[in-house]
Amino acid sequence: MKKVFIPLVFFFCLVIFLAIGLNRDPREIPSPLIGKPAPAFNLVTLESDKTFSPEQMLGKVWMFNVWATWCVACREEHPVLVAFAEKNQIPIVGLSYKEIQPQDPAAKQSDAIKLQVARERSAVWLQRHGNPYTTSVMDLDGRVGIQYGVYGVPETYVIDQQGVIRFKHVGAVTPQLLAEKILPLMQGLGKS
Amino acid sequence: MIPELGHFALILATIVALIQGVLPLTGTYLPSRSLHITLQSLARPMAILQFVLVALSFAALATAFLTNDFSVTYVAQHSNSLLPKPYQFAAVWGGHEGSLLLWVLLLAVWSMAVALFSKSLPLDMVARVLSVLGLISVGFLLFILTTSNPFERLLPAALDGRDLNPLLQDPGLVIHPPMLYMGYVGMSVAFAFAVAALLSGRLDAAWARWSRPWTVIAWTFLTFGIGLGSWWAYYELGWGGWWFWDPVENASLMPWLVATALIHSLMVTEKRGSFKAWTVLLAIAAFSLSLLGTFLVRSGVLTSVHAFASDPKRGVFVLMFLAVVVGSSLTLFAWRAPRVTLGGRMELVSRESFLLANSVLLVVATGAVLLGTIYPLIIDALNMGKLSVGPPYFNAVFAPLLVPTVFLMVPGTIARWREAKVSEIAHTLRFSGLAAVVLAVGLPFVLGGWSFGAMLGIFLGAWVGLGTLQQVVTRLRKPGRIGLSFWGQNIAHFGMAVLVVGVTGVNSYEVERDVRMHVNDVVTIAPYSFQLKSLGEVAGPNYKAVRADVEVKRGDEAIKILQPEKRRYFSSAMPMTEAGIDSGFMRDLYVSLGEPLDDARTEWSMRVYYKPFVPWLWGGILLMVLGGLLAALDRRYRA
Repeated sequence: MKKVFIPLVFFFCLVIFLAIGLNRDPREIPSPLIGKPAPAFNLVTLESDKTFSPEQMLGKVWMFNVWATWCVACREEHPVLVAFAEKNQIPIVGLSYKEIQPQDPAAKQSDAIKLQVARERSAVWLQRHGNPYTTSVMDLDGRVGIQYGVYGVPETYVIDQQGVIRFKHVGAVTPQLLAEKILPLMQGLGKS
Repeated sequence: MIPELGHFALILATIVALIQGVLPLTGTYLPSRSLHITLQSLARPMAILQFVLVALSFAALATAFLTNDFSVTYVAQHSNSLLPKPYQFAAVWGGHEGSLLLWVLLLAVWSMAVALFSKSLPLDMVARVLSVLGLISVGFLLFILTTSNPFERLLPAALDGRDLNPLLQDPGLVIHPPMLYMGYVGMSVAFAFAVAALLSGRLDAAWARWSRPWTVIAWTFLTFGIGLGSWWAYYELGWGGWWFWDPVENASLMPWLVATALIHSLMVTEKRGSFKAWTVLLAIAAFSLSLLGTFLVRSGVLTSVHAFASDPKRGVFVLMFLAVVVGSSLTLFAWRAPRVTLGGRMELVSRESFLLANSVLLVVATGAVLLGTIYPLIIDALNMGKLSVGPPYFNAVFAPLLVPTVFLMVPGTIARWREAKVSEIAHTLRFSGLAAVVLAVGLPFVLGGWSFGAMLGIFLGAWVGLGTLQQVVTRLRKPGRIGLSFWGQNIAHFGMAVLVVGVTGVNSYEVERDVRMHVNDVVTIAPYSFQLKSLGEVAGPNYKAVRADVEVKRGDEAIKILQPEKRRYFSSAMPMTEAGIDSGFMRDLYVSLGEPLDDARTEWSMRVYYKPFVPWLWGGILLMVLGGLLAALDRRYRA
């Protein structure tokens, strides 16, 4: 009568898979952009009307961080980034993503006024919470965000000397993630 | 102070549950007669005491909510001083910790009910059943106390709470979880009876008779709970759908399918003494799937609209609990099952064989749903990538399995026990069958277009509906008192027929229009026209909303003003949709407000649906619930 054990065996296979599943994060989604060149763009920065484009970073390993003042999770992430920027000599470029949301009163204004409002608000926010960015680019209409496949703010990318995206993280970065994954990855890239 | 008392009561309840779980069961193994009786007699009072303690604990948490005690972390996270009182109470189960407490409370309710309504059972059986329930309760209480304590304090206290998730601020969601949990937890009673029978080695007709009413009540609650969840998703999410094959929906569907197989298999075991091992296995499976559902929801291994904030510690605990409970019961099964005697003889065509075929089909359907639900997990565990399984898989696999199941419902109720003749069944059912075929061929043209799916669905619905009616009429012509269980069975089966027609109708004939609308624009879905009359702001107690007045006309006759809303709760950035629905007997008209499309907020995206037969879905489910209630109340079980 071996068949009475079938349910038990089946159940234990299931438990093994569930146990492995516990150690995985279903939200960790591989980005199709990893291993591909970072999409090009040319946008004005928070600081001045001089534009920034990823080509200017060729030859450097850098971090690209999507943020906005309206983003609650960014407030949680921000001190971590500030501490990281102080400790390590790694350039972090910010992407100020859709700073003026559709329900914002400023949304009805002209583009020039929108840019001005967004810059003022972002500068005040960075003054208060600290500025980890070497520069921040203003993606008011969110087009660059679409090119990079941003689907939640914050998001963080690591881009290498050749301008290839090596890593992407959706959601707030944690000190653990920085120490265990991002920093070793960037140091490894820096040596090659 | 009150939260601490609640916490303390919960600790006491754990100790009582442990006593309830261990001593009476030990008593059944003792040779000494006096001690044997004393220990077994502890089961009933302990179950009642456990209920009192858990109820106190629950009351303490409810008090913390109703008095806005934001020094309790859980209250601060799930309530708000502006939240209306009924929702403050419902917020008790609005998060992980409190919903577990509700779970344990309902388990205590079921245990107490078994303790009170088991006068006719032998003492050793009561002792075993209540011990098993007590041990399950210990597991859940330890889970709460070690990983999910709702009474934890927040220092310093919050000024105001973060508010209940706006999606949950809805009457449907106030009663959906308790009903669903009553069903899930009720499966533990069927499970406890099965384990008790295995322990005693007395797997007989008496065991099946005792567990039948409990299983039917649990099935009824589960049916109602799932129906409520579906109804809520339909009018609250604003997507116009009523079933999404979300992992958590599947987690509730799987125990339902197995429980449906179980209540039918129990009938065979009671009447004919057959399928004993299979029935026990179904009882174990129904509760195991309830536990698996808990694991899937609480551990965060799958992404779902229901996912609570997940914590790996919790996942590990539930998985270990699952392994212990299911592993030990399946081991017990493997040990005892070979000794189970075979029941009465049966032929290839008989009521037994139809019922067996149906329960096998239901189990296979459960397997298909289980596979689709955990497939992403397995693929990820094998490092073969990330993927998700969507409705196309489930529809493609589930429907072909349900078609024969539903078809067999009619011959299964007509066929004789032991031996039946196909020709006899066919002869009895010839008119019902013929009428169903005529309806299936004709009705689709009336409803607006022929398709194979529509024809098949209408045939099945008509077949089961007419077959059931025929049985009732035949029975009424005979003399003798008709038991409640006869009505229960037929009303539930008729409900299934109504549900099948509803599903077919809405899937085959719904019309959807996504439109941009200004005030005074009209969209038409013949013969109805929808005109956006005005847009206005309304203020709720803890939200502000944009409300559209949409006038619905049929030809020139005005039917109703629908008022879909887009609500923005103060505590949340996510806007919530309240659909405007006009329900008729044959159809729903459904309008939901999308997003403003311009800066002045005068142009909005809107979704307008004509949804035939949707009320039949809810009607069918309610009939099934009514049938279940009647069947469980049959006085055969109250002896």
